[in-house]
Amino acid sequence: MTGERITIEQAAHVARLARLDVTGDELALYTMQLEAVLEYAGQVAAVDTSSVQPTAHATPAENVMRKDEPGECLERDDVLREAPESMDGMFLVPRILGEAP
Amino acid sequence: MRSAGPGSPARPGSPEGPDSSEGSDASSGSTPSSGPTPPSGAMSIAAIAAAVRSGEASAAGIVEQYLGVIEAMDAGVGAFLEVAGEAAIAAARRVDALMASGEDPGPLAGVPLAVKDNMCTRGVATTCASRILAGWRPPYDATAVARLAAAGAVTVGKTNMDEFAMGSSTENSAVCVTHNPYDPSRVPGGSSGGSAAAVAAGMIPGALGSDTGGSIRQPAALCGVVGVKPTYGMVSRYGLVAFASSLDQIGPLTRSVEDAALLYSVIAGHDPADSTSIREEPEWTGRLAAPDILEKGVVGTVVGLLREITDGADPEVRSRVLEAAEGLSRLGATVEEVSIPELRFALPAYYLIAPAEASSNLARYDGMRYGLRLGDGSAESVMSTTRAAGFGAEVKRRIMLGTYALSAGYYDAYYGKAQRVRTVLVSAFDAAYRRFDVLLGAASPTVAFRIGEKVNDPLAMYMSDVCTIPTNLAGHPAMSVPFGTAPAPGGNGSATGPAMPVGVQVLAPRLGEPAMFSVAAALERIAPVTEPPVLDRQEL
Amino acid sequence: MAVDASGGSVGYEPVIGLEVHCELATATKLFCSCPNSFGDEPNTNVCPVCLALPGSLPVLNERAVDLAIRVGLALHSDVRQCTFHRKNYFYPDMPKDYQISQYDEPLNAGGWLDLPSGTRVGVTRAHLEEDTGKTVHMGGTGRIHDATFSLVDYNRAGVPLLEIVSEPDIRSPQEAREYVAELRAILVAAGASKARMEEGSMRVDVNISVRPAGSASLATRCEIKNLNSLRSLVRALEYEIARQAEVYRSGGSVVQETRHFDEDTGRTASLRSKEEAHDYRYFEEPDLLRLVPGQERVDAIAAGLPAMPAQRRSEIAALFSSAGAGTGGGAGAGGAREDQIAGLVENGLDGLLLAAVNGGVSPEKALARTANEAASRIDEALALDPESYGRLLVMEEAGKLTATQVKAVLSEMLDEGRGDPAAIAKRLGFETMGAGSINASVEEVVASNAAEWDRYCSGEDKLAQFFIGQVMKATRGKADGKAVVAELQRLRSTR
Repeated sequence: MTGERITIEQAAHVARLARLDVTGDELALYTMQLEAVLEYAGQVAAVDTSSVQPTAHATPAENVMRKDEPGECLERDDVLREAPESMDGMFLVPRILGEAP
Repeated sequence: MRSAGPGSPARPGSPEGPDSSEGSDASSGSTPSSGPTPPSGAMSIAAIAAAVRSGEASAAGIVEQYLGVIEAMDAGVGAFLEVAGEAAIAAARRVDALMASGEDPGPLAGVPLAVKDNMCTRGVATTCASRILAGWRPPYDATAVARLAAAGAVTVGKTNMDEFAMGSSTENSAVCVTHNPYDPSRVPGGSSGGSAAAVAAGMIPGALGSDTGGSIRQPAALCGVVGVKPTYGMVSRYGLVAFASSLDQIGPLTRSVEDAALLYSVIAGHDPADSTSIREEPEWTGRLAAPDILEKGVVGTVVGLLREITDGADPEVRSRVLEAAEGLSRLGATVEEVSIPELRFALPAYYLIAPAEASSNLARYDGMRYGLRLGDGSAESVMSTTRAAGFGAEVKRRIMLGTYALSAGYYDAYYGKAQRVRTVLVSAFDAAYRRFDVLLGAASPTVAFRIGEKVNDPLAMYMSDVCTIPTNLAGHPAMSVPFGTAPAPGGNGSATGPAMPVGVQVLAPRLGEPAMFSVAAALERIAPVTEPPVLDRQEL
Repeated sequence: MAVDASGGSVGYEPVIGLEVHCELATATKLFCSCPNSFGDEPNTNVCPVCLALPGSLPVLNERAVDLAIRVGLALHSDVRQCTFHRKNYFYPDMPKDYQISQYDEPLNAGGWLDLPSGTRVGVTRAHLEEDTGKTVHMGGTGRIHDATFSLVDYNRAGVPLLEIVSEPDIRSPQEAREYVAELRAILVAAGASKARMEEGSMRVDVNISVRPAGSASLATRCEIKNLNSLRSLVRALEYEIARQAEVYRSGGSVVQETRHFDEDTGRTASLRSKEEAHDYRYFEEPDLLRLVPGQERVDAIAAGLPAMPAQRRSEIAALFSSAGAGTGGGAGAGGAREDQIAGLVENGLDGLLLAAVNGGVSPEKALARTANEAASRIDEALALDPESYGRLLVMEEAGKLTATQVKAVLSEMLDEGRGDPAAIAKRLGFETMGAGSINASVEEVVASNAAEWDRYCSGEDKLAQFFIGQVMKATRGKADGKAVVAELQRLRSTR
């Protein structure tokens, strides 16, 4: 699985997934660099991990919860002041092409 | 060319207070280094707080003095992205008012500090040195920033960094280049390069940085200051703009181990707003600067000289590490070599885990709710245009890498595998710490490299973090302590360059901060006396 | 394609699985302390966390976990230790551009739900996740496809959702409807959700395929998203079953896709095909730690769980059979009563009925009042004190209030959300008439209507209504009709 070549098409697919409008020379450069880093990172394949669980956290705690008690909200004006565009107390966004998945 | 300078960066400054008058002389940058008033850059955090708390100096006077130094010096260093002078003076006056009314202004009363630009500061731009967040003003303070303020400290500005903390040289800042105060043609390290350079240059007595793979310790080493990466969960991440959530920690950069302990003690502690914050605070929380820790010495301490982060370092850097180990041995520590072969997989694992988390953490910068919005057409295309133009090359590279590592068909081989390797690394460290109280090695394999030297070779740049990354994967604490200098390689590897600072790294097991600080304080006491940086206000 | 929804599916059997999202009835959102509240001014219930401002972090709401466990226990799920994952996709209504959900380790795994008709539907899982914001499409017809821009309100972003996924065990639109109604009843009974499809606090997606009747294989399925009423659910399924059957009958094959149900045309249509398949890049949420519900906690929640709808329906039905009442009503009446009982239980109003019956009111009267009057204003009725409600119906049963007066007092109680029925009756001037004054009034009316009285006495019982009307007129509605009839009968028998 590791060490395989990354095609421009694969890199373009990844860029689309990540919502990065990357094309042409920039994409070609990233494809090369991506391949180099993945080849290096692919060294992890050499480690025997057959008997270990994955580690997702650097802390051993569990069951961290808060009480269901309301707290302070932000002022709407403060929030919308930072918005690129707003209207009628809402965030204005460009037209959306498809329904949410 | 080189001046006598404000004092050794490896030494705490004079305890005498600065000129407590609020006159403009103090902030003009013209104070002679040999005059009766010690330059502000030489003052320690402990000395400033003591002077303010005793009434010898006013907080406003101190802050104005430092603002003056920053104004005089930073053009040559490029450490600050924003200096919030008026707000800082207002905050300092509030500290003075508390003093006047007889109330306790806090343990860091009147201490001016800088904060890396990836920590939220209410009403003050927080941009992560990225175009995509240019001008964004958070409506809230990061918990660490709020804790500093509650302790009486005054945040005077935000420091430069690699964009979204991705980098090891601060060259990935979308705003400006930061110069190493010891040699302006060289990088300060990164990603907390602005914080490290500001402290090294004497523009500020201390600063906060963040460390995901070495971003506090590596620049601290390259700039000759102390840098601490706490145990994961000791300092709240709330308000720290996330890079890789399971690795990020906030920590201090200072000119002395004692100052680092003081800052650490104020910012650490449980925060219910961060689910990964440690709930049962260890006994030493809040008192790392106590004599029973900093003056404990190392008699009986078992130190492992960790070959994986020593042997591969440049020979001169390695020599300093070995000298440090010998020094500890002379002070009564037991020093033995140790190898943890699994650590060679830390860097590969890190460059799968960190980009994967980052690809998700940085998704929110889509131009819909705040920050940059570019392009027209549909929301989808505006998002893609905004992100392509708003993020720099390194950020885009890592987002693509992380997206790939998580995507269908590759998860098991890359991200999933890296998480298992992480488990293997933690076990290997645990085994080592059954024998050793702390581990010792280099904080960076090289001294500061030249600006532009590695920008076109991502993998070479990534290698800068080879000594620091294992700690982050394990969630352990580690710190870099200045320990002499090493000659930088000259151009084309021929001539010998200037002497640049070397940092020795002390690693400890989870919550092993007391032993780590004891050893760091001992190292500081035996460190070679180092020439001050060439970039200081006297020559500007 | 024209599809005949009536008979187009003959010879084919539908295989249906449902994904139901319901909003949990917490005070605050799943990962922050903003109010979980419906219908407020846009973007007023927002904070750094639910707006995904840089640096913010989620902290799990304990109450949401407890409510989710309640539902899990009610669905016979295995409540177990679990993790949260990020589901990554970009969409303007989702502030972080990932949704915190659960993936391979859900809180509730497995389980089942028994339909009143007897079918057992398997439950795959019931997991916690966060809701998205709400988008209003502007310009054009106000639909997404021809909008020129959209407005987003993030009040709903981060509201806790429980996603309940069924096994594909459902075999007809009617069964799907029954499943959703029963699930809704369970969610309400568990106190976990208001589960109102009309308010969007319960949303239904269906997976549907058809196969030749008798076949055991599974065919390609389609998903129909966001069905917002039981009626739409049935219509969409009926249409889609016929459509897929028609595709097979004409030799075609069904394409796996997501389809949209158009309320106006009653048809489903393929959503605009996406540029690429989704790749959600799930990974464990590093900002949230593992959740391990201890046995003690689960046991305590189980002990506090009220009786579930099936049990409550049979308990109420038993009131009628044990009283020997209503047996002559025939199948139709019995069916109507069952529906009424089921409706009360589904909406959680059966406690009112029981309070009345416990106070001595007949089951029939209690059911009639509760199903007809109280259930017409569900929200307010849920806020009523059952004991006070019971006392109100007892007053009617005892003849202290007339039917009209009871309705008036109840209306006041629902308006106020509380109140003592006796005090309200008094305030409205409904002082109860003593038997003496009723009898006096009846005698007066009899005396002044001699011709009608003669006819009544000779067996024209229906004239009782005439006398009741006259007495009501004389007493301004304060007399109890039953007491009037009793006095008329007494007078006739002693004539």
